Amino acid sequence: MSEKFLMKGNEALAEAAIRAGCRHFFGYPITPQTEISAYMSKRMPKIGGTYLQAESEVAAINMVLGAASAGVRAMTSSSSPGISLKSEGVSYIAGSDVPCVIIDVMRGGPGLGGIQPSQADYWQATKSLGHGDFQILVYAPASVQEMVDLMYKAFDKSDEYRMPAMILADGMLGQMMEPVSFPEDNTSNLKEKEWATNGTKEARKPNIINSLLLNPDELEKSIVERYKKYDIIKEKEVLFEDYLTDDADFVVVAYGATSRISKSAVNEARKKGIKVGLLRPKTLWPFPTEKLYQLSKQVKKMLVVEMSMGQMVDDVKLSTKGNCPVEFYGRTGGVIPTPKEVLNEIIKLAEKEGE
Amino acid sequence: MTNMLFAGFGGQGILFAGKITANAGMSYNKQVSWLPSYGPEMRGGTANCSVCIDDEPISCPLVSEPDILVVMNKPSYHKFENSIVEGGTLVYDSSLIENDEPRNDINVYGIPATSLAESEGLNGLANIIMLGFTLQKTNFLPYDVVSKAIEKSVPKSKEHLLKPNLKALEIGFNYK
Repeated sequence: MSEKFLMKGNEALAEAAIRAGCRHFFGYPITPQTEISAYMSKRMPKIGGTYLQAESEVAAINMVLGAASAGVRAMTSSSSPGISLKSEGVSYIAGSDVPCVIIDVMRGGPGLGGIQPSQADYWQATKSLGHGDFQILVYAPASVQEMVDLMYKAFDKSDEYRMPAMILADGMLGQMMEPVSFPEDNTSNLKEKEWATNGTKEARKPNIINSLLLNPDELEKSIVERYKKYDIIKEKEVLFEDYLTDDADFVVVAYGATSRISKSAVNEARKKGIKVGLLRPKTLWPFPTEKLYQLSKQVKKMLVVEMSMGQMVDDVKLSTKGNCPVEFYGRTGGVIPTPKEVLNEIIKLAEKEGE
Repeated sequence: MTNMLFAGFGGQGILFAGKITANAGMSYNKQVSWLPSYGPEMRGGTANCSVCIDDEPISCPLVSEPDILVVMNKPSYHKFENSIVEGGTLVYDSSLIENDEPRNDINVYGIPATSLAESEGLNGLANIIMLGFTLQKTNFLPYDVVSKAIEKSVPKSKEHLLKPNLKALEIGFNYK
């Protein structure tokens, strides 16, 4: 077994990115993710990489576009307000079919909001991270170890599908320390990117990376092509954890930090004899729609728990197609729900059903 | 399963005491997590951190109802005392906190850690004295495991601090 380190989520994300072959990081500090930048600023110069603190979030994301266009693994990270600033650049990257990884360690919003953990940027990440028809891959880790594992995956899948991938975490995951081990570096299997603008050496025609297509027919065609890719992703890349749902009458749906709290509540409810399970999406886009649809035919009710006023709950409702009622419990603005609160919601759910 | 909460002023080494505890748990092959309060607290004001030590994977790293509260200032004492689970343990720095109305459904232990640190020439190490005393009273991990964790946690650049840290742990552990 490889050595275990006690590490903060933010630092583990940074180390995992480096081990996944990221050698170009462009950032701008913002709580609660600044440790990522700090870690990169220490490590990158030692391994021949580039760490650059840009003059703004807008500059950082456009530097990612430039570096990734040249074929290297590039990354930026921020927290909620900073991600809003990056959204123009993310749209350009998606429209240019360029791979990269973006970390969002969410904090309370809107506006400058607060600095405590939040999940109120689910809609932003999965539906509207910039203008235009496009999606990005969104991974939602729930532990420091999973931050590492999903970081490797994010870079690999981003390259495979030539599109941006996001690690969507929150202040709790970013700030907490847990034991973590790092799988072998996977930099040896990096493939040549034939589309990259890294110099023709007069051996090939120049590559062009661009998101401007003035002819509507051409633009429509390029978008339709991209959506065919999205269909394949929805088929092949959905990840989730299925916990105690086999015999469940009720299912709690939660991701990231709230999924851990919900799991604790599920365990307590089981001790009280309530048949409840947990479905935890690990990818938020693509979303585990089919799995939730299947569960909706089995269970009496679902409960969605989020650190927001209710965002993922919409996708759960769409997935269940009205087969079962979907209730919601959330805390927002940086307030973290306690296992006890979630347990009370589960008990209410079961009691109502009993009447 | 042990859920611990360390609380006090920023600068008292609250987060460091928690880190040593988490490191010790990890080296003892337990599942552990450490979650700090973060933000302006780091520059003064109150600071706290949750530490969970368990045989099972840790569901919730945020400790809202601690089994053990290690507390080093009045505001935190008032904020968290009532959150301790029944039968749980309160360890407080009696040189900084008057425990005037103690709960009778928990174990309460006071140690004048800050004055002890001063008189022993261990300024700034009241946190480790508290940790040693907590260890004596609750046995949450073996003593050797915690002292080894201190050896691992003190960075090479601050090696001169290792001996004082170990001494502070011992003082707390042997305090009668």
